[in-house]
Amino acid sequence: MTGAHASWDEGSPERLYVITGGRSGGAAVTLDLVTLIVSRSAPQPGMQPEQAAILRMCQYPLSIAEISAYLRLPFSAAAVLVADLIADRRVEARAPVMATSLPDPELLKAVMYGLSKL
Amino acid sequence: MGFPSSEAPAEPRAQDALAPSVNTAVKIVIVGGFGVGKTTMVGAVSEIRPLTTEETMTQAGVGVDDLAGVEQKTATTVAMDFGRISLSDQLVLYLFGTPGQERFWFLWDGLFQGALGAVVLIDTRRLAASFDVLGQLEERGVPFIVAINAFPDSPAHPVSQLRTALDLPESVPIVNCDARSRASSRDVLLSLMRYLFTLTTTPVPEPL
Repeated sequence: MTGAHASWDEGSPERLYVITGGRSGGAAVTLDLVTLIVSRSAPQPGMQPEQAAILRMCQYPLSIAEISAYLRLPFSAAAVLVADLIADRRVEARAPVMATSLPDPELLKAVMYGLSKL
Repeated sequence: MGFPSSEAPAEPRAQDALAPSVNTAVKIVIVGGFGVGKTTMVGAVSEIRPLTTEETMTQAGVGVDDLAGVEQKTATTVAMDFGRISLSDQLVLYLFGTPGQERFWFLWDGLFQGALGAVVLIDTRRLAASFDVLGQLEERGVPFIVAINAFPDSPAHPVSQLRTALDLPESVPIVNCDARSRASSRDVLLSLMRYLFTLTTTPVPEPL
C-alpha cells in the first residue's frame, strides 16, 4: 500500500491540486467541519479514489472533519470533494445546527441530557 | 503537513460508526495555551480515538521588502485534534482541541463559526498564556467558560483572585477540573451548557 506512493508527498500542493481539480471550494454549499455526510450510492469503478473512499466511509453518518482526518487532506480539500459528491447526488449532507448568536435552549437541554448520561 | 502519518487509520473502524439516525451535529471548541491539556480533555470524553484535521491559512506578508511585484504570503498550517460524543440517536457533539500555536486558531473562521461555545483551559502556572485567547473569544462574541486544569504542582489560587487576574466578569463561570478524568471533563462541558442555557434565558436589557 505504501510502497508505490512512497515518493508522493502527501501534503504537496500538486497533490491537492490534482485531487480537487484546482478548485478551492465554491460558495455554493456551506460545509462546516461538523456537517454530517451520508452516502446515497456505492462507489463506481473508475471513480476518483478519494471520492470512492468517501462513499465507502460514509455508509454511516460522518462529519467532514472525520473525512478530512481519514483521507489526510486539509479540511478545505475534503470539503471540495464532498461538495462535488453532493452536486452529483451521491451523498446527502445533514447540515449542522449553527448557533447564530445563541443556541436554541431545547438543543442545549438535549446536549445536557446526553452529557449527564456519560 | 502535520498529519501524523503513522497513527491515523485510513477509514473508520466498524465500532466508530455513528447511528444511521443521527441528523444533528454540534461543536464545542477547547482553547488554551500550549501544553495545558486540551487534547487530553478531548481524549478523556471522546468515544473515538481523537483524530486530527487541519487547514492551511494564507496571510499576506507584513512589512516584506518589495521583490519586483512578487506577492509575499505566509502559509500556516493550523491543526485541530478532535473527538466525538454521541448524545442520543439523533444528536452528536464534536469537541475540537487546538494543539498548535494559539495565535493562528482564530484565522480559521470555520472553527468557531456555529460553535455552541468554548472552554478556555487554563494552567495557573502560566496564566499570561491565556490573555490573548480570552481577548480573541470576547472579540468574536464566542461564549465561553474558564476551566482550571489541576496540575499536581499548580499553585492553588482562590477563584476570586483568578477572576481578577484574568479580568473576567462575574457572569463567566470558572470551574476546576482534571482534564485526564472523563467525569471531570464531562462536568466542564455540562458547566458550559448550563452557562449557555442561562444566557438564552436571561432577558437582554432593553436599550435605553
